Formats: sequence, structure tokens, C-alpha cells
Amino acid sequence: MEYVFDIASWLLLIAGGVFVFIGGVGALRMPDFYMRMHAASLTDTLGTILVLLGIALQAGLSLAAIKLAAIMVFLLLTSPTAAYALANAARLSGLAPERRIADEGGT
Amino acid sequence: MVTLFGVFLLTLLVITAIGIMRAQHLFVAVMLSGIFSLQMAAIFFILDAADVALTEAAVGAGVATVLMLGALALTDDRERGPKRHRWAPVAVVTLTTLMVIYATFDKPRLGDPSAPVHQHVAPWYLEETPRLIDVPNVVTAILASFRGYDTLGELFVIFTAGIGVLFLLTNPSKEGALSLLRSAEAEGLRHHLVPRIVGRLVVPFIVLFGLYVQFHGDYGPGGGFQAGALISAGFILYALLEGEGRALQVTPVRLLRGMIAGGALLFVGVGLAGMLLGGNFLDYSILADSPIAGQHLGILLVELGVGFTVTGTLLTVFHAFAAREQRS
Repeated sequence: MEYVFDIASWLLLIAGGVFVFIGGVGALRMPDFYMRMHAASLTDTLGTILVLLGIALQAGLSLAAIKLAAIMVFLLLTSPTAAYALANAARLSGLAPERRIADEGGT
Repeated sequence: MVTLFGVFLLTLLVITAIGIMRAQHLFVAVMLSGIFSLQMAAIFFILDAADVALTEAAVGAGVATVLMLGALALTDDRERGPKRHRWAPVAVVTLTTLMVIYATFDKPRLGDPSAPVHQHVAPWYLEETPRLIDVPNVVTAILASFRGYDTLGELFVIFTAGIGVLFLLTNPSKEGALSLLRSAEAEGLRHHLVPRIVGRLVVPFIVLFGLYVQFHGDYGPGGGFQAGALISAGFILYALLEGEGRALQVTPVRLLRGMIAGGALLFVGVGLAGMLLGGNFLDYSILADSPIAGQHLGILLVELGVGFTVTGTLLTVFHAFAAREQRS
């Protein structure tokens, strides 16, 4: 039984790491601000939550797991809000999405 | 593994510091200095200084960043052109760096049990805390009881800083009229639905966590300084979301000033109470029937005083900046 938890936790940790990595690459390589931001927001939400779930499985049923769950709920609420606020601030300050990409996506 | 983390974080720290120096746009520099503080907090945590890490994360990365942004809103957010005479600073920095590097040759290895720090009074504190004060967190015992004088001094540093900012930034003659005006004008982010609703959901929990840190300081990392920073971060978030006016309705300026003075008075009062009961200044042992209960009561009250003053000062400084912003 312990092996099952260990394997599951490692799979979650690796998946989380992969998402953080993709987010990092995206934040550097994407062509315009909104796409870069979208990629970066992947690291706070999916990446971090998968990593935290992996750690929670390692911790087992204990106080640490409850604390991790609290952190997860907090991140689930705040990270998307921060991403929204950032995009909204960029839009309000007049930063338009790159024209070329918008056209390609639209047609 | 820990060494690897330490080297990684220190490298990031150096990169961030260079980034701060090279940033022309001051907004970028402020954000980077927030990141710098967060990395410092992680390093403190690796060095097992959980109390310091909590303070650094709450004050350095949280409240200080907001205050710096408030200051930026009052001034220009571009750096002025480079100054001509750069040789003197370069010489000073080079000399200091060489001295620090030279000093590290004599430094004991990290965690070396024969290092002077671990030979002096630290073992005494660790041995005697269970017998004399009986709280699990030795840091709190040292901070609030054994070295209560130092903490009193720190508290008065914060007190003085708060008073100084009040002198520099507030204009007492216009205040009454302005606070009414402000409540009508300043809307904060009220028209942004998503941050506002999530903020409303999160603010009570931030304040609750602050109270937990305040009263749990005897048992885990925490205490008045950290709790004050966390609680004021919660109130600042509220002020940013709902506007200055509403935040000032919740915590009026008079209450905040009372908190600044009241916290410091509470700390001194606990010390004087010890004297009146026949002990020394800041000797908590005679405050209750048994010395240990007295110590617990004294630490609780003193930490409460610290929490009040820190919360009051940070919020007053924030409101002083925010009020300036709207006046100009």
C-alpha cells in the first residue's frame, strides 16, 4: 500500500514539475504579453497544486496534510485572481494583444 | 541537498540584486525587491530561522512592497539619469566586499557545534527555558522575556518611525474634511468584481491567521511583529479593494494612533507593574502566583503590545501615503 502512495505521489510531483517547466518556457518564449502571462499562470495553479498534492500524499493523514490543503485552497483562490488582475491592468493601460496573432486565431 | 538549495537561492538572490541595480523603471525595482525579500525568507527558513523567515516574508515581501508602491505613486517612477561621480561608491563597495570576504575566512562552518555562538549564552537559554519559562518556542522566550529590554527598544524604534512618518506626511488641519471627501471619492477597485469578491473571501482568513500567529508565538514561530505585519496586510488589502474611505471607517485614524501609543504603553506598563509588585523592570515572574504563570502572562501581554504597535504603525503609514496620493 505504501508503494502505491509513493508512486502516486512521485507521479504527481513529476507532473507538477513538468507543468512548472512548461509554464517557465512559455513565459519566456510566447510572442505577446497575454500569452506569456497565460503560460506563467499555469505554474501557480496546475503546477503548484500538483506538487502540493504530491507532498500531501507523502505527508499522509497528518496536520501537515491539512495545512497543505489550506494552502492549496488559498492558491486556488488567489492565483487566478492575480492573473486576472494582471491581465485586466494590462488591458486597461492600453496594451493590445499582438495583431498578427489575433487575426490568425480569428479566422 | 540543503547546501544545494542554499547555493541555488543565493545565486538567485545575486541575480535579483543585479536586476534591482540595473532596473531603470522604479516599479520594476520595487517588484524585484519584493522578490528579493521572498528569497531571503526562503534562505532564513533553510537556516532554521522560521521566526525571522515569517517576519521577512510578511514585512519585506508584503507590506514593504505596498508601501514602496505608495511612495512611487507620489513621486516619479523613472530613475534620474546616472550621476557623474561614481568612483567613490565603487571604491567603498569594493573595499567592503574585500573586507567581508576576508572576514569569512575566520567564520566557523555552518552548524559547527564549537562555534562561538553556540558556546556563549545560547546553551544556557536552551537549558533554562523549560525550567524558568516553560514555552516550547525558545525564540519567543528569549525575545519577550530574557531579552525583553531589546524588544522594548525595537518596539520604540517602530513607534518612533511611525511618529516620524505622521509628522512628515499628515496635515492635521484638513483631515476631518478630507476623510469625508475621500469616502465619496475613493472607490478602490470596487468596480472590479473578481478581485473584490475573492479579496472579501480571503481578508478574514488573513486576519485570522495573523491572530493565530499572535497567540501561537509561545508554541511555534510567530509573535507580535509577524502578527502585526500579517493583520495590517489584511487591512491594506481591504483598503486597496474597497477604497480608502471604507477602510478608514473600519479602522479610524484615531484608533490607529491609539494602537501605536497603546501598544508601547502596554509593554512599558507590564514592566512597571513588575516594579510595583516588588520585582525588577520587565520581570514577569511576580505577575501571577507562580513564576511560570507570571512569565506566560507577561509574554502574552508584551507580545500583544508589540502586535498593537506594529499593526497601528504599518496601517498609519499606509494611510498617510494613500491620503497624499488623493490630495495631489
